[in-house]
Amino acid sequence: MITRDWLLSVSPESQMQARLGRIYVGWLAFRQNRLAMLGLGIIVLLIVVAALADVLAPHNPISGQLVQRLKPPGGDFLLGSDDQGRDILSRILYGSRYTLLIVALVAVTAAPVGLIVGTAAGFLGGWTDIVLMRITDIFLAFPKLILALAFVAALGPGIENAILAIALTSWPPYARVARAETLTVRNAAYMAAAKLQGISSARQIVGHIAPMCIPSLIVRVTLDMAGIILTAAGLGFLGLGAQPPMPEWGAMIASGRQFLLDQWWVATMPGIAIFIVSLGFNLFGDGLRDVLDPKRGQ
Amino acid sequence: MADLTKSGGGLSYRRHFAWTGKVARTVATVATTFLGLLLVTFLIGRVVPVDPVLAAVGDHASATTYERMREQMGLNLPLWQQFANYVGNILRGDMGQSVLTARPVLEDIGRVFPATLELATVATVLGILIGVPAGVLAAVHEGKLIDQIVRFLGLIGYSVPVFWLGLVGLLVFYAKLGWVAGPGRVDFGYDGVVDPVTGLILVDSLLQGETGIFFNALTHLALPACLLAYFSLAYIARMTRSFMLEQLRQEYIVTARVKGLPERVVIWRHALGNVAVPLVTVIALSYANLLEGSVLTETIFAWPGLGQYITNSLLNADMNAVLGGTIVVGAVFIGINLLSDMLYLTLDPRARR
Repeated sequence: MITRDWLLSVSPESQMQARLGRIYVGWLAFRQNRLAMLGLGIIVLLIVVAALADVLAPHNPISGQLVQRLKPPGGDFLLGSDDQGRDILSRILYGSRYTLLIVALVAVTAAPVGLIVGTAAGFLGGWTDIVLMRITDIFLAFPKLILALAFVAALGPGIENAILAIALTSWPPYARVARAETLTVRNAAYMAAAKLQGISSARQIVGHIAPMCIPSLIVRVTLDMAGIILTAAGLGFLGLGAQPPMPEWGAMIASGRQFLLDQWWVATMPGIAIFIVSLGFNLFGDGLRDVLDPKRGQ
Repeated sequence: MADLTKSGGGLSYRRHFAWTGKVARTVATVATTFLGLLLVTFLIGRVVPVDPVLAAVGDHASATTYERMREQMGLNLPLWQQFANYVGNILRGDMGQSVLTARPVLEDIGRVFPATLELATVATVLGILIGVPAGVLAAVHEGKLIDQIVRFLGLIGYSVPVFWLGLVGLLVFYAKLGWVAGPGRVDFGYDGVVDPVTGLILVDSLLQGETGIFFNALTHLALPACLLAYFSLAYIARMTRSFMLEQLRQEYIVTARVKGLPERVVIWRHALGNVAVPLVTVIALSYANLLEGSVLTETIFAWPGLGQYITNSLLNADMNAVLGGTIVVGAVFIGINLLSDMLYLTLDPRARR
């Protein structure tokens, strides 16, 4: 209880106390939202499963026994086995690593690019703004999946290129968000104070503007995660993402397609995994938006 | 620009001027966007590891033949000049030959595009017919059961992979229940019976009096169209709901109610009327997305449209066809966005200022 009082103190004594207090208040609001907590639970579960796949998986995900092929769910194979006699549950557990990898890499590459482009455009204004936003609009005008397809076609199939292609098509909305936030704080009094102290433009952007953009950006990125997972799965399904025998979920659905009518579980199980994880990110993102960005909630 | 408007004559002239200015700016925007699209496809075409000269002359060509071919294809020119030639070719409708079909890419696309258009149009119409009323009802009964259902269905629509739902749909409605026909646009026996006049099989079969084919095509169309319609209505309903919630909080709604207007009129005429304008943009966006998103759906349902054409070309490393398809989809995307902007300007007097 003492920590609680310290966190909720109305007159924080240090910057850190104020910051932690704000996070704690946000958490208290977030905790009220049961669906958002469910989303958080799903994401935590995804991370745990990805980390502990070696321990949790009952079978080898890459090599199976052909005598055990296409076994229905139940018994030794909880979710059945695929055409090469591999345990589908184990493959899904290991596949969570690829999903997490894709999501994380796209987020850490696309979000900073969008942040830099957006803050620079909003802060510098003039021609820089026009040119940068023109480029952003051009990328926004593109159909995302088709553009990713064309990129992968040029670079060659593979999980790295799929990630690169998705990142290349994901940053424009982040730039838009960052620019909009920048415009709202650019003329604030604290910015005038910063300028009077004579700090450089770069420091104004990095130290005083970018931090203000980060909450909206986090919300936007989280809400995009589901879309990223679905695009990655789509690329995998078309054979352009992770290559066999990697247990990527989209590719697993593709390999189960030919057995759909008689062995339905091969294609359906990985799809359920994709659905649960995307749902988790959507629920979490909605809850996060309500806490961090109540203006746009609805 | 502001000064010019001020010095302009009467009110109507000024308004007209502002409108033309907006249109001119929009057209310029569209032109640069399209140029950007071409620049990206051009660069993608450049980084492809396949050497186009080698593909044309073969492995055993001598160095002089290779050099001559290289010059003939214009690959010795500086990059900006190559790009200028490329833009010129595209504008003339020349997207090169497809390696796979040995026909000009544009001709191929002209043949497959109607199938995609038919699917996306039917899906969007269904999406509007269900999505808009669902969104309105959800907003009116905020927090009630109908609202929860609409939000739940929307959430699923945002979280489920379209290709997986398509497969499950095929499994349930085609294989187990037998309610709909399987993949393809018509049964094998009917293939090629109807002359492609418009390319839309539903229209063509009716024009030629082939009702049997019409109904057969309808059973084939039902599942993929409903699938895409679901994604479209999830989006449309969500946006309608949030626009409506905003309108219902406005004072004019209270005024209308105080005046004693029936609730039906207040909601469906006053509130929805004000939502109509932003909704046009949402519907246009969803339509454009369906044209694009059909890539995966068409693969699942063996639907001979643009999406399947692009993926097939992709798997056969037919770069001209892939990039041609990308340009066409991008152009359609830009065109629909332009159209919705124009509609916005026409419908909403405030946007003209």
